[in-house]
Amino acid sequence: MPEQNEPEKRPERGDERYRQELEELQKVDFALVELSLYLDTHPNDIQAIQQFNQLAHKRAQLAHAFELRYGPLMQFGHSFTRYPWQWKDTPWPWQV
Amino acid sequence: MWIYEKKLQYPVKVSKCDPRMARYLIEQYGGADGELSAALRYLNQRYSIPDKVIGLLTDIGTEEFAHLEMIATMVYKLTKDATPEMLEAAGLGPHFVNHDNALFYESAGGVPWTATYIQAKGDPIADLYEDIAAEEKARATYQWLIDMTDDVDIQDSLKFLREREIVHSMRFKEAVEILKADREQKKVF
Repeated sequence: MPEQNEPEKRPERGDERYRQELEELQKVDFALVELSLYLDTHPNDIQAIQQFNQLAHKRAQLAHAFELRYGPLMQFGHSFTRYPWQWKDTPWPWQV
Repeated sequence: MWIYEKKLQYPVKVSKCDPRMARYLIEQYGGADGELSAALRYLNQRYSIPDKVIGLLTDIGTEEFAHLEMIATMVYKLTKDATPEMLEAAGLGPHFVNHDNALFYESAGGVPWTATYIQAKGDPIADLYEDIAAEEKARATYQWLIDMTDDVDIQDSLKFLREREIVHSMRFKEAVEILKADREQKKVF
């Protein structure tokens, strides 16, 4: 008899779920890039600034959840690491 | 300083091994109007441009490195399973004997990248006009690259990059207007 309650497979860097969650982060980050460039030439647009700050907040939450699951996105102390040192873990972005 | 982020700006999916397309894509890696030229041009011009547009040059220059990584990813994925025979059939024989499967900053025609592709004139309007032209030339190249493949996944990533050229061009045009307005204002006492 196969096990009835098989434990859910742990998400891994590079799998389908990783790609989906990464895409959620990429969507928010894209909006933030767009808003950044726009604000560089429209620094007094208060609505764009509100949107920027809201998305920056959402971005921080998304990135934090993503990193807990898949390891650090950034280096030099902008992300935390587990033991052993996770930065060198594959896949790198071009290998996904 | 710059801090690397372990993700692409936009997904790059490749459905087949296609060294022919990789050879053409190299134009946007190490060609005159490619992403390396763009990033280095803007980040170098920052030091002499008026304060009002330093932020814009910094941000667009940084985004260009993300685009460079997307092009590298396409080339890597399109060639990683290619045999020397396949590379040679795609016209990459001369590349193979010098670089194996490594990427190199060169144009589709095999000309190595050179700093003569980019200028820093110290004249802010001249520099920004060059930047606008560079974006328009890159946009045209992306269109021609899209025309050269039937791989819908590659086309999707290339369309994203083509649209970014349009947005960058628009922002640089606004930067020109900001500097012109500033110049007019300074004449009024």
